[in-house]
Amino acid sequence: MSILINKDTRVICQGFTGKQGSFHSEQAIAYGTNMVGGVTPGKGGQTHLELPVFNTVADAVNETGAEATMIYVPAPFCADAILEAADAGIKVIVCITEHIPVQDMLKVKAVLEQKDCYLIGPNCPGIITSGESKIGIMPGAIHQKGRVGIISRSGTLTYEAVHQTTQNGLGQTTCIGIGGDPIQGMNFIDCLELFELDDETEGVVMVGEIGGNAEEQAAEYIKNHFSKPVVSYIAGVTAPPGKRMGHAGAIIAGGKGTADEKFSALQSAGVATVDSPSKLGARMKELLR
Amino acid sequence: MNLHEHQAKSLFRQFHIPVPAGDAAFDVAQAEKIAAELGGERWIVKAQVHAGGRGKAGGVKIVSGIDELKQTVQGYLGSRLVTHQTDAAGLPISRVLVESLSDIGREIYLGALIDRGSRRIVFMASSEGGMDIEEVAANTPDKILKVTIDPTVGLQGYQTRQIAFGLGLAGDQIKQLGRIMNSLYQIFTRHDVSLIEINPLIVTGQGDLMALDAKLGIDDNALYRQPEMVALRDTTQEDARELEADEHGLNYVPLDGNIGCMVNGAGLAMATMDEIKLQGGEPANFLDVGGGTTAEKVAEAFKLILSDDKVKAILVNIFGGIVRCDLIANGILQAVQEVGVDIPVIVRLEGTNVDLGKAILAESDVAIISADDLEDGAKKAVAAIGGQA
Repeated sequence: MSILINKDTRVICQGFTGKQGSFHSEQAIAYGTNMVGGVTPGKGGQTHLELPVFNTVADAVNETGAEATMIYVPAPFCADAILEAADAGIKVIVCITEHIPVQDMLKVKAVLEQKDCYLIGPNCPGIITSGESKIGIMPGAIHQKGRVGIISRSGTLTYEAVHQTTQNGLGQTTCIGIGGDPIQGMNFIDCLELFELDDETEGVVMVGEIGGNAEEQAAEYIKNHFSKPVVSYIAGVTAPPGKRMGHAGAIIAGGKGTADEKFSALQSAGVATVDSPSKLGARMKELLR
Repeated sequence: MNLHEHQAKSLFRQFHIPVPAGDAAFDVAQAEKIAAELGGERWIVKAQVHAGGRGKAGGVKIVSGIDELKQTVQGYLGSRLVTHQTDAAGLPISRVLVESLSDIGREIYLGALIDRGSRRIVFMASSEGGMDIEEVAANTPDKILKVTIDPTVGLQGYQTRQIAFGLGLAGDQIKQLGRIMNSLYQIFTRHDVSLIEINPLIVTGQGDLMALDAKLGIDDNALYRQPEMVALRDTTQEDARELEADEHGLNYVPLDGNIGCMVNGAGLAMATMDEIKLQGGEPANFLDVGGGTTAEKVAEAFKLILSDDKVKAILVNIFGGIVRCDLIANGILQAVQEVGVDIPVIVRLEGTNVDLGKAILAESDVAIISADDLEDGAKKAVAAIGGQA
């Protein structure tokens, strides 16, 4: 088992024939992802990467039974793309794109609350079930099928955790980059709930960063509802207040959202925290011994 | 992106929010003319910089007579204002706002922002106007009134009444506050605002509401569809190096330390700073070169880091995912030679083709210190500047 996606999940790509969409679809296919087609308005009926192109997501769902989508369209068109996917009945919507206006996400979230689907991202590396299905921009080669679930707000920091758990032989079940925006799809708790129910996942690595209070809320959830070991690292101990650190959501505002607050919330919830991301894998290995 | 107070107040006027009579002046003659048009003998002169705490820092002055006005404006223009929200260098004053004095009966705080927790626009108000609202929120959170807006229906009348009655307003003030909040909501949604604040919103001696100050921030990600707001951008209020980084698609934040960092990915860039600190050093900057790093970007990043005289060593930390490590290694060599880097460069590479990348660095005659992981890289960087390792 795994969460959200596996080798059978039928995946389409929105923005399929574009440069990014083409490149990452090729990578996904090479990894073994069950890609069944793609969407580019106006190019319906064509074939791209030996797969059918559709004008609308609804057409793609009707023809291929697609259950998941990866969105590689420019930021101004992402709200539209996410809503189109949700309306067509796609269950797992992965939006990689960065720089989406926050008020677009505000409206998108309000609509998605009424729908039965999962949004991952935006501004994220995507999701991968190791050895089975890759929907995103992460390098497939560093992953190895195994025992640990990974949730992270950052792209390359996720790769650190993945790399270490591969090197020390633990491997991963599913890795989810939830993204660095202030308003995002799935949060830590949404992912933890699914990992709790997944038999193959024995422990979870959770990588947070400054800004907001998602880590504090996750700590509360872990304390009361999560039975598996969790190892966590928070980036941004040295980040100055009031400065946006690359990600739109990574900012200490009004003295809130500091790494110290998050570390102590996680520690009091019984989470094993590490002061360096270099130690994530080793700490997880100790706990799963 | 932030607006100046005078720009925000112009926007307020367009949306019928009452503000004091006044205008912005870029030189003394202009200030004199504005004062003459406003009439009277006393005015308020407010330095226009993108930072709060101007009053306490001496950036706001009530003046009597044209001579004092001229003198004050002369003193402000061309100088820099240091407040508790700026760094030690402060921000340049290139314009002032000259306004009529207001008859202040009572001061209120009114603001709206995007609340991450509820994923909604939230209005906040407090009777403790004029104060530092963050302090009020921290010390007496019960003094802050809040309403949360459902985006499908927008701000409702009952919500403005909730705030108005909560603030103890009465009579026509209730309607006035409703109109002001509706205008703020329109500005917020129409112009992709991320934060809007009136502190203070005053009740005048006559019992009418008026916005005495105005603070407004626009979502940077939405600037492509806000040309009117972009036209108001004042880049003199922004860090020159951050602006330059922005032009090259780099994310850069200068810090006070002496170990420069170049990293791909925002989270890893923060983690690299943290690791340097953990190993006893001080990071000189945050720098995210982005996921799809190219040799050109790496070269620009080196230039940017070296433009800071404090930097004594550079730690490069790249996790090559889609981008291969051998390409990055070549990019680093090229950049180091081109830019003429003459301080220690420590490189940690990981990911696709890492062995090839490391071999390229090892075989070159460019002096580069190779590191195995982030911890090792930070230790070597601290050692390179003679600190403890």
